[in-house]
Amino acid sequence: MTMQGEAPAGAGNPAPQQAPARRSIGAVLAAPVGLLAHLLDGPMRFWQRLAGRGGMIAFFLLPNMAVFALFVIVPLGINVAYSLSGGTQLFLPSRSFVGPENFARLLTCDNHLAPATCRDDLFWIAVWNTVRFVALQVVVLVAVAMTTALILNRSIRARGFWRAVFFFPVLLSPVVVGLIWKWIFQRQGLLNWLMVEMGLDPVNWLTDRTWAYVFSVGISVWAHAGFYALILLAGLQAIPRHIYEAAEMDRTSPARAFRRITLPLLWPNLLVVIVLALIRAVQVFDEVYVLTGGGPGTSTMYLTQYIYETGFASTLRNPGVAAAASLMMGGVLVVLTLAQIALTRWRDRQ
Amino acid sequence: MTRSAMNPVAFLTRRRGGKGWHWTDVVTFGWLALSLVMIFGPALWLLLSSFKTPAQLAEFPPTILPYAAQTATVETKTGPKALPLYTVELPDGSSAVMAELNRVGIMANMVRPEAPDDPVKVNINARKPLREVAFATDNYTTPLKQFDFARYLRNSVFVTTMATIITLITNSMAAFALSKYEFRGRNGVMMVIVATLMIPLSVNLVPLYSVVSSLGLMNNLWGVILPTVATPTGVFMLRQYMLTIPDELIEAARMDNASEWQIYWRIVLPLTAPALAVLAIFSVVWRWNDFLWPLIVLSRKELFTLQVGLNTYAGELNVQWQFILAMTVVSIIPVLIVFVFLQRFITAGIAGTGLK
Repeated sequence: MTMQGEAPAGAGNPAPQQAPARRSIGAVLAAPVGLLAHLLDGPMRFWQRLAGRGGMIAFFLLPNMAVFALFVIVPLGINVAYSLSGGTQLFLPSRSFVGPENFARLLTCDNHLAPATCRDDLFWIAVWNTVRFVALQVVVLVAVAMTTALILNRSIRARGFWRAVFFFPVLLSPVVVGLIWKWIFQRQGLLNWLMVEMGLDPVNWLTDRTWAYVFSVGISVWAHAGFYALILLAGLQAIPRHIYEAAEMDRTSPARAFRRITLPLLWPNLLVVIVLALIRAVQVFDEVYVLTGGGPGTSTMYLTQYIYETGFASTLRNPGVAAAASLMMGGVLVVLTLAQIALTRWRDRQ
Repeated sequence: MTRSAMNPVAFLTRRRGGKGWHWTDVVTFGWLALSLVMIFGPALWLLLSSFKTPAQLAEFPPTILPYAAQTATVETKTGPKALPLYTVELPDGSSAVMAELNRVGIMANMVRPEAPDDPVKVNINARKPLREVAFATDNYTTPLKQFDFARYLRNSVFVTTMATIITLITNSMAAFALSKYEFRGRNGVMMVIVATLMIPLSVNLVPLYSVVSSLGLMNNLWGVILPTVATPTGVFMLRQYMLTIPDELIEAARMDNASEWQIYWRIVLPLTAPALAVLAIFSVVWRWNDFLWPLIVLSRKELFTLQVGLNTYAGELNVQWQFILAMTVVSIIPVLIVFVFLQRFITAGIAGTGLK
């Protein structure tokens, strides 16, 4: 299962290198595990004699696949069952089969662009909020990450330090990100102090629909840009230096070099980053939920929050509708993930 | 030109090759400076605010550093007392440091600390509190002692440690099977793992809840831990790494009558140590930061993890920001340790091979 904030497939593949010879913290921590593994030597040999090499393969795969089965595959089946049944019960046998009713409820609208005309207006509010969020967030995120990567790729001093600086917010928890910025945006916060210092009137940022939306985008860019910048930086560093040196000989302007060399050669990486950012942006929840709680009103309520509240929190709890909504979101994510996998393969062949 | 011969401005503004400033240098400098302020500014503001008293947090405009009212011990009629000090504008135009005995309306009775028998009536608009930089460490000790934050901290440590250990064991076992054996259905297993990559928590939220509750793991820290341990990312990463370990090593071990289990933990696992370290770091950060799933599983207050506890206290009607801020700082500490000591492994990992 991919939890929020988890790295995508294969990100962070460590370069093969020799394990350090000296006794490291890792070795000390591994000592008890080694002892346990040693104690299992006998039983394992017995098991191997009994079940053969095939039995050992099954044994190695079992724990991981059992967890996958129990907490990903089985729930997915239950999700489909929920989405086709009605009522507020969570216990499956006590739910009644209603067919595609839940999907119909979510999808029926006189005008899909106007949530008020929909049977489930909240769902469409969440859908359009998410579309608005994704559209702005991905563009700003990729622009910021790209700028950062280009700058870190220049011959600047202390590049390692700067790389670390941009990575700092990536490590922070969404709750911490939300709280840090909530404290800054509050009525008597840092931002309003700066406003007053500049001779402007303080604003109640988080009770203003537009500002709440802008800041929900802003803090998620703040929290994630460093991760994408590092991926793009890796792509930039794979571009051979001598191409730029040749361009410099020909007195090519930096802007032209960017358009004619950097962009075409980075394009495969950039596409992967964009799709990855899309996948994450569609699921936005934690940091925005902590910052705005979906408010003011419903103006920053995104799809995951809709699913969470419909499934658990709201007084009109309806697991069937939540399941149907999450399956539809899942469909979008599957398409995006398949695109990402195809793009990654294509890029690695380039 | 030697370094010592340069004046500071030339040193700071010099450019490689000495060709002077190009607009790209200006952009670079500006972007880095802006990023530094934007990234560490908010974190620093959090840190400074976390040491302010509630009264100070309510102040607007705020001060940058945390202050506390300065006091002096004054001999009063009822014995020595610690009284708040003020700088007072006296009618004759001079100013003096005085302590407040008591206050009636807008007038306060004030004395010079060195002459406690000579009170003066002062308008409160003609005085300013005398303050010194002071760190309100109560903000840290109170929630840890009187609220449940020490417990939340323990819960978070428990969840993070257990989840990371189990993740390393299960993922490395699966990765070993998938990288070092040819067997029927291997591609099928790989497909399942890719598929699980496509089904994030937000899609499976409701049914996962029912699975975990039917296992009796609601309001149980294991209900938080177990669903997270089989990360597809981890399996991929370790498998990729194990593929680089030469099969001859394993064949040689088999010749020496090593069991498959011994090959796994005696040969392959130690050689995978660098990748295991990266996965361990990732796992610690993921599990420490998890929010949505613990929020659903844990509804009893004493079981909250730090993230859930912080969100709950921050969502209360009367938010006690001084405690929230301090506990936020506490929750950043492990991440900060990872950042300072281990981030080069992560950034080198991401930057080294990217998304392969």
